[in-house]
Amino acid sequence: MTRDVHVLMAHGSGGVLSHELIRDVFVRQLGNQTLDGLEDAALLALDGSAGGNWAMTTDSFVVKPLFFPGGDIGKLAVCGTVNDLAMRGAQPRYLTVGFILEEGLALAELERIVASMAAAACEAGAQIVAGDTKVVERGSGDGVFINTAGLGRAPEGVDVSAANARPGDLVLLSGAVGDHGLAIMTRREGLRFDTPLESDCAPLNGLVAEMLAVCPELHVLRDPTRGGLATALNELAEASRVEIMVREADIPVHPAVAAAGELLGLDPLYVANEGKLIAIAPASCAEALLAAMRAHPYGREAAIIGRVIAGHPGRVVLETELGTRRLLDMLSGEQLPRIC
Amino acid sequence: MTYIQGFRNPAAARHLIERIHALGDAAPMRVMEFCGGHTHAIMRYGLREALAPAVELLSGPGCPVCVSASADIDQAIGLSLRPGVTVATFGDMIRVPGSDTSLQGARAQGGDVRVVYSALDSLELARKLPQRQIVMLGIGFETTAPTIAATVAQARAEGLGNWSVYSMHKLTDPAMRAILDAGEVRLDGVLGPGHVAAITGWQAWEFLPREYGVPCAVSGFEPTDILQAILALVESRREGAPRVINAYGRGVTPGGNAVAQGLMAQVFRVAPAAWRGIGLIPASGLDLAESYAEWDARRRFDLPDVAEGPLDAEAALGCRCGEVLRGVTLPPECPLFGGACTPAHPVGPCMVSAEGACAAHHRYGRSAA
Amino acid sequence: MCLAVPVRVVEIEGQVARVELGGVLREISLVLTPDAQVGDYVLIHTGFAISVLDEEEAQETLRLFAELEAAEALLDKEASDTETADA
Repeated sequence: MTRDVHVLMAHGSGGVLSHELIRDVFVRQLGNQTLDGLEDAALLALDGSAGGNWAMTTDSFVVKPLFFPGGDIGKLAVCGTVNDLAMRGAQPRYLTVGFILEEGLALAELERIVASMAAAACEAGAQIVAGDTKVVERGSGDGVFINTAGLGRAPEGVDVSAANARPGDLVLLSGAVGDHGLAIMTRREGLRFDTPLESDCAPLNGLVAEMLAVCPELHVLRDPTRGGLATALNELAEASRVEIMVREADIPVHPAVAAAGELLGLDPLYVANEGKLIAIAPASCAEALLAAMRAHPYGREAAIIGRVIAGHPGRVVLETELGTRRLLDMLSGEQLPRIC
Repeated sequence: MTYIQGFRNPAAARHLIERIHALGDAAPMRVMEFCGGHTHAIMRYGLREALAPAVELLSGPGCPVCVSASADIDQAIGLSLRPGVTVATFGDMIRVPGSDTSLQGARAQGGDVRVVYSALDSLELARKLPQRQIVMLGIGFETTAPTIAATVAQARAEGLGNWSVYSMHKLTDPAMRAILDAGEVRLDGVLGPGHVAAITGWQAWEFLPREYGVPCAVSGFEPTDILQAILALVESRREGAPRVINAYGRGVTPGGNAVAQGLMAQVFRVAPAAWRGIGLIPASGLDLAESYAEWDARRRFDLPDVAEGPLDAEAALGCRCGEVLRGVTLPPECPLFGGACTPAHPVGPCMVSAEGACAAHHRYGRSAA
Repeated sequence: MCLAVPVRVVEIEGQVARVELGGVLREISLVLTPDAQVGDYVLIHTGFAISVLDEEEAQETLRLFAELEAAEALLDKEASDTETADA
């Protein structure tokens, strides 16, 4: 069986193949101590800057359709970078944006996208300070591809990293999972489902600020984007070399998301989210953290979903609704509707 | 979600598990779950571990993706790479390896492969793209075959000239017989496929107790459905009089869906079929009937009928998928399992399909103790 | 083969039904279950209804489960009452 030597859609799905591409192609040639940490954003040592850590990140957006209930590619592009910075405890200050536009894209659509970006940046308190535009021939792109990069600053003393989870910590989730991915999937051409589903796309830096205020010793933050909650938990268990146990009954999922998942044969735990975060914190601040999250508009449905133990490093175990146990593995292919 | 959530009742599940253990013998009860959907559900809810050691569950060949002949997949790939041809398929087939690559790999090389939720969506593609030839890959057992039959009938009613079906459909009864006739596995019971039975009726499974002395409990796919069915099998073993039990009363009737059966008989004819890992089984597949020849992709594109022996390409690499499908080997017993063969880099189809036994074991079953 | 989901028939027009599950709607074909009525629950598979659900059978099983759940809750309560009493 030949191993594929071409890029596959699965390389972009956030699962095992994505991780392999990053490891075998990018890190192998570009690696350095900072990059090797594979965090959501990099903490920088900037000459002559006292105070909290600066963080830098980049993110690209290729979503189809460009416009969907709950947002559009513009809002996603800004929130994605803002959130990556927030996952290191940083507040976003400056963003850049690069557009790759397909010849023939309606200018009215581009206007809408940019308006969304302006609104999202405003909500996040960030400024877009530089940009670039390229145009490709009709047929070479999906209307618009957007890259954003961001620079932000964390409060002094804050050390949030994927590698910081410790046995005894509790795992919190800021709200229901699966909304974004299923909202997009059900509207893809040919699937023709009629749903009230909306993307949960949102900038989380405000929520993170509230969380750090009540729990400055917060250990880990991660937003479960491509690959879903399950993949993100696996990444964290691996990076921190711990075992994570979560309870299915405690993971919030909206009824329409669960229903869409049933109809398509997709598991909401593996579906992308664009406005949610996982927090891992010492048990002592869990209750205060939960209260602070629930008090915030983007954390109303927050819940404690599990805990960290020493166990098998890198393993994630799920206690099912029935009380039985099984592995919660990382995503390995594309999530596609199935019949079996 | 009415009629879904209620059948995941934790208290009921616990009660059923306790009852199964209470009635257990010293010797574990060996039950074959024929259908890949059951394998998936059993693993997803951690039922394997919960039922051990009273019940030992073996996977069967009821994973249509797993038993698709690699030569068929190669032909589908070939079609997708032809100019002007679009192959429409259910998502399950995209990653399944043929002898060289998969439909996913073909798409990366420029092949036109589209995932559909329903065969009717492929008809819509044909209407929207009159300049292209749309080929629908027909996979699945008696649950899916009638839906493809209905779609073929629709294509004929519309006189749609740019749509055809490449049928890889298979029948459950001959596969089950082939496994029992081979005598490689000793079974105390069979967990019958509930959605196949929604079409065929549960009486179609009476051959198991009558001819083989093996009880069969037709089961739905929620955890309490599966547990109720397994409990019925355990009770049946104690009674000593094997029979068919319908444990999916809300979905399955004695005679099944006559309209669906009629359409299948009209559009398809029974033919020999090549089952990956098992070999050629007579009267086990469905080809398009003569009167529907015009919508048969094999004829339209002049493709040879596929017949291969039990040794497929991957067997040469050490893949034991065939033995897994026949219930002879458990996935972790295959030397490639978890090493050379993982869901991200599968060697054989049992690791590719979400419901393949090896994928299910890898995803859910590596010890969570 | 196996993924068939019980959904409610909301509307029928000819051989096409609009069905609903948890707020999600879709149009599916009733060609294989021409006798389905509005208000029925059907099992759908790849865009077709393959069987009309026997709701009485379903309800009977669900009732049984509810009883099991109640019995278990009672046992749990008795157990914790005993513990409290012993304390």
